[in-house]
Amino acid sequence: MFDTALTANDLVFLAKGAGMTLIVTGISVLFGTLLGILFGVFRYQVGPWWAAPLTFVLDVFRSIPLLIQLVLANAFVTTVLGIRVSGFTIACGVLSLYTSAYCAEIVRGGIESVPQTLRRAARSLGMTWGQDMRSIVLPLATRVALPSWIGLALGVMKDSALVFIVQVVELLKSTQILITRLQEPLFLLMICGLFYFVISFPVARLGGYLERRWSND
Amino acid sequence: MFNYNFRWGQALNSLPQMLEGALVTMEIAILSMAVGIVVAIVLTVFRLSGRRLLAAVATTWVEIARNTPALFQIYMVHFGLGSFGIHLSPYLSLLIGITFNNAGYLAENFRGALKAIPDTQARAARSLGMSAGQAFGSVVMPQMLRISFLPMTNQMVWAILMTSLGAVVAMNTDLYGVTSELNARTFRTFEFFAMAAVIFYLITKVITLTARLLAARLFRY
Repeated sequence: MFDTALTANDLVFLAKGAGMTLIVTGISVLFGTLLGILFGVFRYQVGPWWAAPLTFVLDVFRSIPLLIQLVLANAFVTTVLGIRVSGFTIACGVLSLYTSAYCAEIVRGGIESVPQTLRRAARSLGMTWGQDMRSIVLPLATRVALPSWIGLALGVMKDSALVFIVQVVELLKSTQILITRLQEPLFLLMICGLFYFVISFPVARLGGYLERRWSND
Repeated sequence: MFNYNFRWGQALNSLPQMLEGALVTMEIAILSMAVGIVVAIVLTVFRLSGRRLLAAVATTWVEIARNTPALFQIYMVHFGLGSFGIHLSPYLSLLIGITFNNAGYLAENFRGALKAIPDTQARAARSLGMSAGQAFGSVVMPQMLRISFLPMTNQMVWAILMTSLGAVVAMNTDLYGVTSELNARTFRTFEFFAMAAVIFYLITKVITLTARLLAARLFRY
């Protein structure tokens, strides 16, 4: 097993794939979170009836395989609309929306966890809606939402393995390319799995720690 | 902008084939869920057993399942086991891969559920003369399954969505596989995958509805 044809160049190739995984994840989590906060606050603010169309769309993003979302978005933009964009753009766009669908739910749960009475007290002290949101809701909701958000970010990193379908070479795809050439599936897959594990495991532990620490008071 | 001619007729004609694929998708999801629940219960017992080795096996399983992509796990079952001379069919690889993932996530859910059940119950059962197995099997486990019913429903939806990952092991009988084969033959990508998306959406809705009805019936008291 340790007798391998893997060269330094191949390792660089793998590292580039890993970098791509992190870039796609970073961009998607960033925009997905911003959108998710927007959607979540909107849904909470306007009530279930007016938010119904948005709720439906976000539910669709959570009920269709990501692979199909990517294929559909790619087909829609490049062949139906006839716009030339890179697979990278499609991947980031779809993953951002996918992230925002889950994030909106987390944000809404966070806001709902803040007791109504506390917010009324803030408003009756003369705080505006914005002040109430910023100084009362944000700090309290974050404590509830952050552990789930960490879970979501890790989920997006793992799901970013699917962007190979729109010709983005990320970690798993570059591993696959090397497997085809070197014919050493087990060894290469272990390197690939180890990379995901080394990033995901400590962060997941941190999420669990925060959840325990913030829940019992 | 819209120079594209939609041809839904062709896609609609292939609907029976795609529905057959949907059946295979549901079959894989249900099987992987059934086996996954059993394995997750075994893993939970391993963790509770107090034996270092068994607990380590269970923890390793859970952490690998939760911290690597499902796609990687399916890949590992298909090509990784191939290195040991075990060559599985795409169907089996997909089924085992999803089952592995389900079991890991469910075991973690079960652990969370166990925290909500007071220790005193198991102790009371023991002092009534039940063996450790009886106490777990007839007092703790039913409550554990009840508490984790909602996470199990979510995992079932995940299992349905995960079947699409069979694409990497050349699976061609499930809904995703059938759709991509039809697509390769006709190049009507948008129409076919839009239909597949609708079918996937309907399947997940049926599952969540069924689960809600089941819960209302099972948890009346």
